[in-house]
Amino acid sequence: MPLAEVILCCKSKTNWSAMTTFTETQSIVLQVNGARKNLSIEPRVSLLDALRDYLHLTGTKKGCDQGACGACTVLVDGERINSCLALAIQYEGCDIVTIEGLANAGELHPLQQAFIDQDGFQCGYCTPGQICSVVGMMTEFGKGAPSAVTKDGTANSELTEEEVRERMSGNLCRCGAYVGIRDAIKQVYGGRQQ
Amino acid sequence: MNNFTYLRATDANSAVNLLAANSTQGAAARFLAGGTNLVDLMREGIETAHALVDITRTPLADVHQLPDGGLRMGALVRNSHLAAHPLIREKYPLLSQAILHGASAQLRNMATTGGNIMQRTRCYYFYDTASRCNKRAPGSGCDAMEGFNRIHAILGTSPQCIATHPSDMCVALAALDATVNVTGPAGERSLPFSEVHRLPGNTPEIDTNLKPGELITSIDLPASTAGLSSVYRKVRDRASYAFALVSVGAAIKIDNGTIQQIHLALGGVAHKPWRATIAEQLLRGADATSENFAKAAEAELALAIPRRGNAFKIELAKRTIIAVLSELTANEGARQ
Ligand SMILES: Cc1cc2nc3c(=O)[nH]c(=O)nc-3n(C[C@H](O)[C@H](O)[C@H](O)COP(=O)(O)OP(=O)(O)OC[C@H]3O[C@@H](n4cnc5c(N)ncnc54)[C@H](O)[C@@H]3O)c2cc1C
Ligand code: SF4
Ligand code: FES
Ligand code: FES
Repeated sequence: MPLAEVILCCKSKTNWSAMTTFTETQSIVLQVNGARKNLSIEPRVSLLDALRDYLHLTGTKKGCDQGACGACTVLVDGERINSCLALAIQYEGCDIVTIEGLANAGELHPLQQAFIDQDGFQCGYCTPGQICSVVGMMTEFGKGAPSAVTKDGTANSELTEEEVRERMSGNLCRCGAYVGIRDAIKQVYGGRQQ
Repeated sequence: MNNFTYLRATDANSAVNLLAANSTQGAAARFLAGGTNLVDLMREGIETAHALVDITRTPLADVHQLPDGGLRMGALVRNSHLAAHPLIREKYPLLSQAILHGASAQLRNMATTGGNIMQRTRCYYFYDTASRCNKRAPGSGCDAMEGFNRIHAILGTSPQCIATHPSDMCVALAALDATVNVTGPAGERSLPFSEVHRLPGNTPEIDTNLKPGELITSIDLPASTAGLSSVYRKVRDRASYAFALVSVGAAIKIDNGTIQQIHLALGGVAHKPWRATIAEQLLRGADATSENFAKAAEAELALAIPRRGNAFKIELAKRTIIAVLSELTANEGARQ
């Protein structure tokens, strides 16, 4: 697969204007959980604040607002990012999915169910970010992307506990529910091969 | 965060032109890539750009082979894509490893090669606008000198600044003899990686030798450093998602116990990714023995200047160099 295809997925779509210039509040369109959302924002508004304060999608949480905790994790064109360090305007034309977009017609996403089954949270503040992050992790793993603990050259690398720990290190849990989070991931994806 | 004008570039030329057209004396304009450093610094009031030129929609995001067998990596390739790229994993595994040891999966999905090179220091006092900092406010002093300087530099420091360059990726690029291609108002040029970042000297406010308005378009890796055995080892306060206290990247070729080729660089110890040229010189052509590794590490760190909080880094750097070279020697032995 050519790499450019992966990188440029949202950039190659046509519903964004070239050479946009603005300082003041402007109307932009964001594609969130499959729906087109119009919002009026200044360019300095982060994607996190746009989701929470302008679109009232408060599932995505603000922990540190500086990229250090993962509570704000959302999916953009299937890839997990920290929405606190993203300017909303930069993500026009991209496909954004938040925790609110994971359930299917009232049916919980298997990971959401597993977090309940395995006590994957205590206060629940980090949970939306954790769950979106696992979804992104599994896409990366499925594409064969390595982590810092992947031994290069090994065929059929497995989603071991060591791999899960490393790949999920961008999501902190202040309550320390890590054991439950690990078990929830195991419940859904245990033994998965790359 | 101050408000700013947001501009979207469609290619390298439009990016350079937009930046130039929107730069006025005293009011900076900046390129915006992944935003993981710039948005953070703007929010903290350390960067106060009045115009941001978004370069993420420029076609500078591919990786391809060069005619001489080297590789060209676009400045807008995301760190995660670069680390996963089959050509990087096959020919320059040190680069893949170094990237994967930095930040988190989410941040690597956002961060770009150009932004990673141009990221600023994580010195606490640089980040705290109530502190004195010669890098943020030239001439104001340096609160790190007598402050909490556990994370600070031991090599190439100046009385003005002891900040480190925080990148892991750049340690690999330094070791692998990369070249950085830039374009700017005065045209295109290429810089050897060792000349991209600066030592602080009397002007710690200047991080790199890029001229104002210059855009990194791509980074080249030469054929000469492809396919070497390599190890990246990062020592930090927790096992993942933390900046390096010390890191060592090495690529080596050993023939019959003799070191034929050696590329060695350190992170977390200096204002720039530190190419260990003194150690390399001692090791090139020498036997791959632990005595020689220790001698080389000793020589490389001989000029280190410790501060109250970071003296431990000198011993840590030596031990990490020795450990990495020993591991590589064992790997090479197993291969032969
Ligand atoms: C919590 C946290 C932990 C981190 N941990 C690590 C770590 O362990 N190791 C590590 O190496 N890094 C770490 N990072 C830093 C991260 O790697 C950098 O923030 C990232 O690489 C910057 O890339 P970017 O594309 O987001 O740059 P941006 O934030 O978009 O830009 C950074 C700077 O580079 C300039 N710039 C960007 N692209 C270009 C270009 N093409 N030409 C010229 N100038 C350009 C911008 O104008 C800006 O000044 C961490 C960051 C955070 C927030
Ligand atoms: S070490 Fe450098 S960046 Fe840190 S406070 Fe001193 S001058 Fe500023
Ligand atoms: S709120 Fe974004 S990483 Fe903490
Ligand atoms: S459940 Fe409370 S922070 Fe994770």
